[in-house]
Amino acid sequence: MIGNVFDGIERPLSKLQEYSGDFLKKGCNIDAIDLEKKWHFIPSVNLGEKISRNTIVGTVKESEFFDHKIMNPNHIEAEVIYIAPEGEYTAKDTIAKIRDNEKEYNITMVQKWPVRIQRPYKERLTVREPLITGQRVIDTMFPIAKGGTAMIPGGFGTGKTMLQHQMAKWSDADIIVYIGCGERGNEMTEVLEEFPKLIDPKTNRPLMERTILIANTSNMPVAARETSIYTGITIAEYYRDMGYHVAIMADSTSRWAEALREISGRLEEMPAEEGYPSYLPSRLSQVYGRAGITKSYNGNIGSVSIIGAVSPQGSDFSEPVTQNTKRFVHVFWGLDRELAYARHYPSVNWKISYSEYIDTLQDWYEKNVDEHFVDDRLEIVKLLQEENELQEIAKVVGQDVLSDMKKLVLETCKSIRLGFLQQSALSDIDTYVPLKKQYRMLKSILNLYTESAKLVEKGIPISKIKALGLFEAYIKLKFNVKNEEIFKFDEFDQNVLEKLKQLDEEYKDYM
Amino acid sequence: MKVQYLGLEHINGPLVYLKTPENISYNEQVELILKSGERRIGNVITLNEDVTVIQVYEGSDGIDINGVKTELSGKELQIKLSQDCLGRVFNGIGRPIDGLGEIQSDLERDINGVAMNPIARKYPRNFIETGISAIDGLMTLIRGQKLPIFSGSGINHNDLTEQIIRQANIKDDSNFAIVFGLMGAEYETAEFFKKSFKENGVLSKVVTFQNLSNDPSIERILTPKVALTCAEYLAFDLDMQVLVILTDMTAYAESLREISTLKGEIPSRKGYPGYLYSDLASIYERAGILKDKKGSITQIPIITMPNDDISHPIPDLTGYITEGQIVLGRELYQKGITPPINILDSLSRLMKDGIGEEYTRKDHRSISDQIFSSYARVQDVRALAKVLGESDLSDTDKKYLAFGEAFEQRFLNQGKFESRNIIQTLDLALEVLRILPEEELDKI
Repeated sequence: MIGNVFDGIERPLSKLQEYSGDFLKKGCNIDAIDLEKKWHFIPSVNLGEKISRNTIVGTVKESEFFDHKIMNPNHIEAEVIYIAPEGEYTAKDTIAKIRDNEKEYNITMVQKWPVRIQRPYKERLTVREPLITGQRVIDTMFPIAKGGTAMIPGGFGTGKTMLQHQMAKWSDADIIVYIGCGERGNEMTEVLEEFPKLIDPKTNRPLMERTILIANTSNMPVAARETSIYTGITIAEYYRDMGYHVAIMADSTSRWAEALREISGRLEEMPAEEGYPSYLPSRLSQVYGRAGITKSYNGNIGSVSIIGAVSPQGSDFSEPVTQNTKRFVHVFWGLDRELAYARHYPSVNWKISYSEYIDTLQDWYEKNVDEHFVDDRLEIVKLLQEENELQEIAKVVGQDVLSDMKKLVLETCKSIRLGFLQQSALSDIDTYVPLKKQYRMLKSILNLYTESAKLVEKGIPISKIKALGLFEAYIKLKFNVKNEEIFKFDEFDQNVLEKLKQLDEEYKDYM
Repeated sequence: MKVQYLGLEHINGPLVYLKTPENISYNEQVELILKSGERRIGNVITLNEDVTVIQVYEGSDGIDINGVKTELSGKELQIKLSQDCLGRVFNGIGRPIDGLGEIQSDLERDINGVAMNPIARKYPRNFIETGISAIDGLMTLIRGQKLPIFSGSGINHNDLTEQIIRQANIKDDSNFAIVFGLMGAEYETAEFFKKSFKENGVLSKVVTFQNLSNDPSIERILTPKVALTCAEYLAFDLDMQVLVILTDMTAYAESLREISTLKGEIPSRKGYPGYLYSDLASIYERAGILKDKKGSITQIPIITMPNDDISHPIPDLTGYITEGQIVLGRELYQKGITPPINILDSLSRLMKDGIGEEYTRKDHRSISDQIFSSYARVQDVRALAKVLGESDLSDTDKKYLAFGEAFEQRFLNQGKFESRNIIQTLDLALEVLRILPEEELDKI
């Protein structure tokens, strides 16, 4: 399945093209998996062994670096009475036989599962580590956990799709399921043309080899659009049971909700808010509820994270889909049109966004990044909050009347916004930033702020500090320091100290 | 001789109700034969055991409930296509109205089309130079893109459309065609474009589907579909580069609402049907390029925003489907700036891959980012100037005001007849940006 493109009801689109040409004709029925192709099977259970649900009976290589584990689909305790030796088999061939009391079951490589029913697991665990996306505003400011849920609401043109593409490219999940639900055909084409060329930093293989695309563009049938989300989640759960971390990008859940509304309208059901059916909230909670980190029956730990884009009508966040989704997700990345106007991408508005995972993940950050990480992050949040208040004041009375200390806050926040929060998806250096470098960048600006604040306290005018050009230099850093050149931040910090010291000396005589 | 059914049960606006005959199918095309012998086309939109509802595209005026005969065609609505379509004028449902007779062809296509397979598509990258600085520099048009123009009533969007057609270098390609769909347009609009086509000597390359404001409104819901079926034929059968202009999509959506209300469907926002998004998508998504075909379809739909409201359902849903939008601003229009493009609201989603060293110039992206971010700042400064007065602004802010003025007057305002190539556009942008102090230019 990996590297393939399906429509909303799991028909592979490349097969459909062979069958019906460049346009999708109606009424074709094609199997999701190529049943004729031979796979190399390596067994992992022995004759006479007792197995239970989802026990891994063997593996095949789905792509060069990816082991697809064949699991026992039957929910019974049974004894293996036949296991195929290592060799080439098609997906239809029986690779194992098991016996429960007197009944025998055949196991093939194919599993069928009803998409609307959640696949069972042994136990659900609490989230413990973040899904690293390489995007500063996400990883540092508003992180999502592996097995967590997030939503990206934003009007058109605010960069929802770009942000999802970025996460699909760089996040450290094992498998990405990208659901293009009622969106543009050309966006799917972009993924298809771009992903095979991009290299996954972890495995050095094309990104396409860990991606499953489900494409149900806006002009494809509405009923299949409604199903596409469930299809995607079920595929994700299947891989989760093998012990992989799967991230689902659903673009966009509003189109899915509209499909529900359209079907409901045609069924002449009584509408609730804005014509949406009254079961919209319960359906949404069912969908997001299927995310989580779990231990499956075979003991493997895997996770499904769901990141849903929401396209609110008229960019109005009070509409039903946004409001109801908000109740069921833990991370909210609100995209802002004003920021998009100013070409501040990703246009995640730090004033309205939040992540409920910060506290849960505190331990992880302290252990794996730096023990001061959470405190420093809080410092940035406070500064930005203060900037917000100061700007309100400046709007009424102008910036000139603010004290130098306040002006320094504004200057620092400008650097935070341009040099840290803003991240260019089109720059080779800036498109993906590992967490260590993110933290180092954060440290540098805080250092610049605290050191400058000392001078301002002494009465040295802010204009002199600004004239040193350190804040501009910081903004340019993100394009100049490669991911493996973290030491350059030390040079920068050193430079800051020296220049500020010089300035301090100059003023010593006047004080 | 086909079976004809005599009489109707009931007439309600453009919908007629017929006792359900045998062998009728959903969405089937039917013909109503009036006593006078006139034939009108309709199709089946609701079907149950007792009553069939048919929408009549040319309106139900003059239909006699007892005397009218209904004939089933056994297929969905189709139009005839051939190379001879070029240069012809049809009505909103694809019947010739220029007096040159029917199209003779064996090729008939279902007007509803079928969805393009996403993996057969080719990602559009070819930059179309329109000669308009704001568009080329800041929201480039790409071949195979769907880029709507959002306008308000009274703003002269037709001039801009005409200028794009006139200056766009697609004309140099001998293999181009324009498919022009008019929905509920004024007579003057139709004539204005016809005149322009004639003056530019491209009339023989234009296929016009014309539904004027005094034609039956129900006809409009077919016009874009008919026009796009023709465009698909020209692009993917005859390998032509097709530009489709649809004006005005607002009238189309209003017709859709009219039918939906008559059918008694549950309305969604502002009375528009809940499926407006899917329906609009089925039109807009018929633009693009296919991997193994030479032709392309580029769409420029025009939308007049009711009450200049960009969050109205029609522009809102359109913006979610199309690959960007060009928004015209009333304030700029009243300042006398031509074309009055409000760049902050406008966007081209395909721009990022169609510009740069290979296509335009290396610094194109950084220049356009800088313009957007500086011009966004101009808006803040202007708001501040309103409160404090211009003289109390800081020096930097004063420079922003000067930049805003220069940008609007020199860069945006280029008049109807000036054509600038991309190099001129980018140099001009740099020149205007030089007004700002260097430390404010963080993107170049």
